[in-house]
Amino acid sequence: MEVRNDLYYSNDHEWVSVEGNKAYVGITDFAQHSLGEIVYVELPEVGDELSAGDVFSVIESVKAASDSYMPVSGKIIEVNEELSDSPQLINEDPYGNWIVVVEMSDKSELDDLMNAEQYEEFCSKED
Amino acid sequence: MHRYIPNTEADERLMLDSIGAQSIEDLFTDIPKNLQLDRDLDLPQPMSELELSTHMKELSKKNKNIEDLVCFLGAGAYDHYIPSIVKHLAMRSEFYTAYTPYQPEISQGTLQAIFEYQTMICNLTGMEVSNASMYDGATACVEAAMMTIESTRRNSIVVSSTVHPEVRKVIKSYMRFRDVKVLEVDMAGGVTDLEKLKSLIDKDTAGVIIQNPNFFGIIEDLAEVEKITHENKSLLINYVDPISLGILKSPSEYGADIVVGEGQSLGNSLNFGGPYLGFMATTSKLMRKMPGRIVGQSNDVDGKRAFVLTLQAREQHIRRYKATSNICSNQGLNALMAAIYMTTLGKKGLREVAMQCVQKAHYAMDKITESGKFKPLFNKPFFKEFAITSSIEAEKINNELLNHNILGGYQLEKVYPELKNGLLLCVTEKRTKEQIDKLAQVLEVI
Repeated sequence: MEVRNDLYYSNDHEWVSVEGNKAYVGITDFAQHSLGEIVYVELPEVGDELSAGDVFSVIESVKAASDSYMPVSGKIIEVNEELSDSPQLINEDPYGNWIVVVEMSDKSELDDLMNAEQYEEFCSKED
Repeated sequence: MHRYIPNTEADERLMLDSIGAQSIEDLFTDIPKNLQLDRDLDLPQPMSELELSTHMKELSKKNKNIEDLVCFLGAGAYDHYIPSIVKHLAMRSEFYTAYTPYQPEISQGTLQAIFEYQTMICNLTGMEVSNASMYDGATACVEAAMMTIESTRRNSIVVSSTVHPEVRKVIKSYMRFRDVKVLEVDMAGGVTDLEKLKSLIDKDTAGVIIQNPNFFGIIEDLAEVEKITHENKSLLINYVDPISLGILKSPSEYGADIVVGEGQSLGNSLNFGGPYLGFMATTSKLMRKMPGRIVGQSNDVDGKRAFVLTLQAREQHIRRYKATSNICSNQGLNALMAAIYMTTLGKKGLREVAMQCVQKAHYAMDKITESGKFKPLFNKPFFKEFAITSSIEAEKINNELLNHNILGGYQLEKVYPELKNGLLLCVTEKRTKEQIDKLAQVLEVI
């Protein structure tokens, strides 16, 4: 299982990459592995304003449909349209394929997320 | 030993002994005494097979069916002509099974028939994707309403009071348990009151349900409804009579998001009210919210065309409680009959059926209202049904018609108390000029 050092992680297995006020959000290698072959990613609308903990996407795999929760609050400013046609990109490269870009409304929420080391430990307990 | 029950007394004893029961009665000890019947059932003496079939035939003669009567009743279930090929093919043992087999390894024929059904429903409605069918028109409409709720994350449904009253009832019973508000739009002159619609629709409105032609057979102003609905970012559900699509503009041209309806008129008998089939078609945008089975075309390991159930991630065995619906079956045999019917008629045939309905219904309306004794209840463009009114009670009219072996209209007062003496008549392509003239003649002397 791959965990990257430069990212934030949530309890629900989303990763966050921060660029100024923008947060790129995807799901982790652990998450894609547990889901199995992903067949559909339901994307939110650009402009949706969501709070941390809200569902922003439903990811369907051949064995489950799983909600993805906002790791931070903010406005959706971009969605990864490529995933509509090629949802398997998340399986192939979970960290290279973000699902949404969020304009954060409260950057301090990042403090509630885990770093790579903490996340790795978190996952070892989940197994 | 009974001839249809193969267990001997010795078998019975053996089974009772092995579970430690003394008698058959012992098996019912868990049921409280006060709920047990302490006597034998009050049944008549046994009959021989011959006696029984004679008895049943006599009972069935008490029913008057569509072969005995000339039918001018519609209101949701329609007496259209069914080409004899429909039954001949549908009753073949390869198709005629109690349950629809879906396993692609053994069911290519069934799956292909469903695929063709879906294709034709898409052609008819102009929509991009259809499912394999639902239980009936009413449940299809409810499922459509739930799709709009899922998709918009809003929690109220606006339905016109010109939608079939039984469909509205079913919507309300489902929504009561989902905490979804159902608001009804009043009608004005037999059609949806658009001003009322505007005043009811708001940011909570997930979907707007309009029937076209509506319950009274009248063509609604769908273009205007579409504008009002979509300006509010709600979704438009169109409940349609599939036969009417032979001549009317398709729901997709009006911008409908989901099209549903009762499919009985497509080659299915009246069947005493069921089984019927509901059809459902939608846009590719809403495809993943659509309930029920969908058959798709694929390739097998040898690269040959093959049919499979597709998009199963929508369904409850994968999506679990997040699925739009618990429906995971279809009305296979009824959908098959609809498919054979549509194939037999083709585009031209369906148009011909629809044209004849319109022309005969209008002839009937003119004939019946000629003398002024009966008046049109509404003055609006209609398809194959129209409402009339007079100073005579609708029930009395129907009883009198029945004396002449005519099955009269739907008594509107039952569900629309304000439409006193209103009678909704239906004229399909099956009715002849003689039958219509006879109807008008009998009405004239009541």
